[in-house]
Amino acid sequence: MIGPDLFPPAGNQVGLNRSAEYVSGTELESQARELFNAGFRLALVSCTDEGDRLTAVHLFLAGQPDRRVELRSVIDASHPTLPSLGNISFPAGRFEREMHDLFGVIPTNHPHLRPLVRHPQWPSDWYPMLGGQSTVPDFNSEWTPFNFLTVDGVGVYEIPVGPVHAGIIEPGHFRFSVVGETILKLKARLWFVHRGVEKLFEGRLVEEGIEVAERISGDTAVGHALAYSCAIEDALGLDVGQDSRLLRVILLEMERIYNHVSDLGALANDVGFGIINAHAQRIRERLLQINLATTGHRLLRGSILPGETKVISIPEPAQLREILADIAEVSALALSNSTVMDRFSGTAALSRLNASELGCLGYVGRASGIDIDARRDHPTVSLTVEGVLRDSGDVLGRFLVRRDEISESVRLIESALELLQSSEQVVIDGIRAKGDGSGVGISEGWRGTIVHRVELTDSRITRLKVVDPSWFNWPALPVALKDTIVPDFPLTNKSFNLSYAGNDL
Amino acid sequence: MSVPSVTGTLVQIVGAAAAGPLLIGWTRQVRAKLEGRQGAGVLQPYRDLRKQFGRQSIDPIGTTMVFAVAPSIMAATTLMAAALVPLVTVISPADRIGDMFAVVGLLLLGTVSLVLAGLDTGTAFGGMGASRMTTILALVEPTLLVAVFALSIPAGSTNLAGMVANAARRGDLVLSPTGALAVIALLIVVLAETGRLPFDNPTTHLELTMVHEAMILEYSGPRLAILEWSSGVRLLVLTGLCANLILPWGIERGTGSVLSLCVATAAIALKVGVLNGLVASFEVVVAKVRLFKVPELLAGSFLIGLLAVTASYFVGSQGR
Repeated sequence: MIGPDLFPPAGNQVGLNRSAEYVSGTELESQARELFNAGFRLALVSCTDEGDRLTAVHLFLAGQPDRRVELRSVIDASHPTLPSLGNISFPAGRFEREMHDLFGVIPTNHPHLRPLVRHPQWPSDWYPMLGGQSTVPDFNSEWTPFNFLTVDGVGVYEIPVGPVHAGIIEPGHFRFSVVGETILKLKARLWFVHRGVEKLFEGRLVEEGIEVAERISGDTAVGHALAYSCAIEDALGLDVGQDSRLLRVILLEMERIYNHVSDLGALANDVGFGIINAHAQRIRERLLQINLATTGHRLLRGSILPGETKVISIPEPAQLREILADIAEVSALALSNSTVMDRFSGTAALSRLNASELGCLGYVGRASGIDIDARRDHPTVSLTVEGVLRDSGDVLGRFLVRRDEISESVRLIESALELLQSSEQVVIDGIRAKGDGSGVGISEGWRGTIVHRVELTDSRITRLKVVDPSWFNWPALPVALKDTIVPDFPLTNKSFNLSYAGNDL
Repeated sequence: MSVPSVTGTLVQIVGAAAAGPLLIGWTRQVRAKLEGRQGAGVLQPYRDLRKQFGRQSIDPIGTTMVFAVAPSIMAATTLMAAALVPLVTVISPADRIGDMFAVVGLLLLGTVSLVLAGLDTGTAFGGMGASRMTTILALVEPTLLVAVFALSIPAGSTNLAGMVANAARRGDLVLSPTGALAVIALLIVVLAETGRLPFDNPTTHLELTMVHEAMILEYSGPRLAILEWSSGVRLLVLTGLCANLILPWGIERGTGSVLSLCVATAAIALKVGVLNGLVASFEVVVAKVRLFKVPELLAGSFLIGLLAVTASYFVGSQGR
């Protein structure tokens, strides 16, 4: 797959289409620059505590063809530092802050090092992801509250919202600095749901990890289960075969459809157009019943496992077509209302430049013209995915991307069902090298590209790093909201619909 | 002060007080059915009130008398308005003060006390709701006055009972240019005043988009119950006034018989029910406008009200 003209030259292959190289501090930055210039994106930074040393892994991805490059850096545990890439990549800077909070690795020359995951109540010498930290210490009784940047000026006031909200939603604190009704600055303070998910995986057998993976973010059971299973299969060198891969395509799209429908309704509901929500909920319920009939679980849990895919029955294409027509009617009804159009269009526009620099994924990125889609960039079967792309970057763009992705999902399911019955060979595989116990799994969950990276020792997980697309998309929310009015915030937030749990592991 | 007038007014006060929550339940139920939902039933607001009355009332730290008395002022002004507005009878013991300016002033007093209570809590939400409500109020009250004023010109009086009596005598007031324009303007501001779509979403849980709900966010227990009950009664009184200006048939006009009172009560119940059913159906097909569009919409309705006044000078006099 990796031709002689493609960057990087085939290095030390360690997994599916994946090369790895140990680099020194100075090489890390120069190689990262080369990779960025060659069109790679930083997808994941993982750190592992190995006793007297730590290993940091920067995983870069590029599509068409599928390429995965790991730059590994060895860090001295007694003096843990790593040169920062924060000056050349915004996501890298955030990964480094996360690593600093959880492992105590200091990124040298970081543009703005401050806590990310860490709450002020945590004991200052406690790094939860280091080995031997099995018990949670008592939290500090005395601590200074989070230092929000104050916006000065005549008539500027602050609105604190959350972390406990009026609806049944996840916890997040939003601090608006507002003049009149216009938002000057929004600070989203998240990280209230740290459950130690990555720590929970450690020591589990590969088949015991799936139940945790499915619960990383409740509405993305398939996305995370698939990324986890692919990572395990990559590490163990397993091939699940054609039928299993096609079934996974179907399950992934079914998850996308039911979540997107629900969002279409919720977006209309947030502008007071409740009838659309009532219908969206009705359609969602039909889809959940199809999910139940297909997998035995309404949220599609328990079907995707490392090495296999189990379903009870196959969804009926005619039924999905019917639902698709229903969805098209409901979304047309929403968009035919001039007030809805007025509220959606132009609201909280995220520019392509901002989306690209922040590394936005999924429908958030696609509504701003960023075409990253793991189904096409890192394919497992030869099904063509027609990317849905918009360039407006506003609430309407995110609504339309969802609407169009639903029809694309139904088309993909139909194609996959046809291929399931034929004997045509459609499996795509790259260079499957002898593994070194590490594995990378990539799936296009409904929110965007999910990446898991696992390290195994004797079928037990020693380290699993999870990156949910929400991790990349959260910083885009305050950027998009600049100069938007306060009453449009709930609508904008819903149009992003980011996961708090997937973000804060 | 005659016995029939007192009875009629008592029926109005007690009826409005008792039926306010029912009206809220009715609009919700109509909306639910039209959206294909089951709905909680028309009696749900009563169950909510019972629950809230059984709960503890909490005074947020730092709040003053303003916060504590606002619900009472709200309730008192609403009941007073229910007594003055000709819903069941045009003969009221308070006839001489039953002026449109008095009613608009009473409603304003209630709302302003709520605005002050919102500010008194010192929270961002209270202040935000108060600021938004004041913006809306500044446009609602003049429109309300102008629209009712337009209707008062054909009647030759700003006394609400006199206007309704005049409308009842003529029967076709709503068909005249003045009447039609004034009623349209009136309906728009009533929607804004009572916090319905497309101005405010009465069912939202999103704190940042609220207007009326943001001001009362810190209330709990019995005080919250009083406020919610008041907003139901206000909706009834205002839509009842609209209904009687549009279709004044059935109203008690001084005969004082029990039968005519019953007929009048049934008539107003039917009219308010149908009108609010229409409002609820309207709410199904409209979305909430962007906050900055609210003044535009209200300015439009003010203009319609002004046209109604102008029209009354040109065509209204012949119709008298």
